[in-house]
Amino acid sequence: MIKVTKLEKYFSKEHILKSIDLQINEGEIFGLVGSSGAGKSTLLRCLNGLEAYDSGSIEIMGKEVKNLKNKELREFRKDLGMIFQNFSLLERKNVYENIALPLQVWGYKKDQIKMRVEKLLKIVHLEDKVFSRPKELSGGQKQRVAIARALALEPRVLLCDEATSALDPNTTKSILTLLREINENLGITIVIVTHQMEVVKDVCSRAAVLDNGQVAASGKVEDIFLRQPKSLKKLLSEEEILPKEGVNIKLFFPKDYSGDSIITSMARELDMNFSIVWGKLEKFRDDILGSLVINIKDEEKEKVCNYLSKKDIGWEVVIDG
Amino acid sequence: MGKFMEAWNNYLLQGIIDTSYMVGLSTLFAVAIGFILAIILIITDKNGLRPNKLIYRILDFIINVLRSFPFIILILALLPVTRFIVGKSIGNTAAIVPLTIGTAPFVARVIESSLKEVDKGIIEAAKSFGARDMQILFQVMIKESIPSIIRGITLVIISVIGYSAMAGAIGAKGLGYVAISIGYQRFDDQLILYTVIILVILVQLIQLIGDTLYKKLK
Repeated sequence: MIKVTKLEKYFSKEHILKSIDLQINEGEIFGLVGSSGAGKSTLLRCLNGLEAYDSGSIEIMGKEVKNLKNKELREFRKDLGMIFQNFSLLERKNVYENIALPLQVWGYKKDQIKMRVEKLLKIVHLEDKVFSRPKELSGGQKQRVAIARALALEPRVLLCDEATSALDPNTTKSILTLLREINENLGITIVIVTHQMEVVKDVCSRAAVLDNGQVAASGKVEDIFLRQPKSLKKLLSEEEILPKEGVNIKLFFPKDYSGDSIITSMARELDMNFSIVWGKLEKFRDDILGSLVINIKDEEKEKVCNYLSKKDIGWEVVIDG
Repeated sequence: MGKFMEAWNNYLLQGIIDTSYMVGLSTLFAVAIGFILAIILIITDKNGLRPNKLIYRILDFIINVLRSFPFIILILALLPVTRFIVGKSIGNTAAIVPLTIGTAPFVARVIESSLKEVDKGIIEAAKSFGARDMQILFQVMIKESIPSIIRGITLVIISVIGYSAMAGAIGAKGLGYVAISIGYQRFDDQLILYTVIILVILVQLIQLIGDTLYKKLK
């Protein structure tokens, strides 16, 4: 659906995006994470042509974005709704008028607009706020209006630029739930740019980590989080404190494995002791996944490694640093 | 009170009518011209919808030049232009020309800054659903900044009232003329006081109307 290849972007001399390669599939919720200044918002803006790019290619639904001009570009943007961190609603228009604006711009008739807006208000659960002004709404409600507006032209993709960053945790949850409903019920592909890890873990099926203008990691969210590439560790700013002696081995529990008693059975079968030195369980969308670090003596390393290899479970030796 | 009524019938009422005539028409023309200039400025600005350095710079320069003239000098410098447009260079109608030309650049700046206050995110959002540049300008930027523009125009009207007093130099009447040529030069202190009081009331009234409109439209 969206294919980015070797994308390069400069702001005057600054190299913002460095050879970005991405593939976003139809119907998925894709996350773009990274710390501020990593280039994720710029990348998102390149997708709908709000920003130009210097070289490389962005192909969306078979169209190369940089080749689109004026009318074509405007038509193309109908297919890509967008929401923003600060909601970007017109303060002087009420909820109805805000949602109706894209429809007016494209010359829809009054009764068509009315029907569409009413349907959209139902989708975002705001039927009772039709005539409120944005300043009378809470942050979460404003973002719902913005979502309704972004969906007005029935886009196939919804771009979210830090859409939950200005919201409190509970409101964030409710907006994410709404985004999932939209994804599942309307089949709209969603691209989420965020620095909030919870957001990615909650709703994204796949994600890419951007660090300093480069894709540091991409793939399934649970893989990225369990295996934590360096760039992500930096972003999560959490560090594992592990013993200096012996060997530390990290085990990953994929969703169909969490229940099994791999640790205890390993201890029994190999007849050895080891200490658990680090571990955590996390929720990804609907699955719970975990990782565990065990510490063993140097001479036992081979035995354990062989055992684990046979068990068909993800693991790696943690190298200090 | 008898003195006031006499002054009112002889000078003040006519002064108010003359001032309103000059201020009203020149503000109207200045806002029309200034609005167009502001729109060109905002569109050609480097962050605008259609950036154009050359047009922006030329217009920016002309506006700055016009704004740096002391108004009394501008009146004199524009005499030939005034004669060309209204056929004479003296009187109330003649004063409207320099008042308009002197005020339009000010209006342009006021409206430009109102339009610049519009949240960039809103403009981006409008682009993201495929609005045309003109739609963004009129349905988003101008629509959003109307209260702020109203407040700016209130400011403009009040300063035009001040300018109009100087138009006495080319034989324009109005409250300024009453205060200077009749009150001051005939040593009629009371008449000066009356004029000042009327001007204070006039300015307060305009500010009040402006503020009320602002609140209502915001």
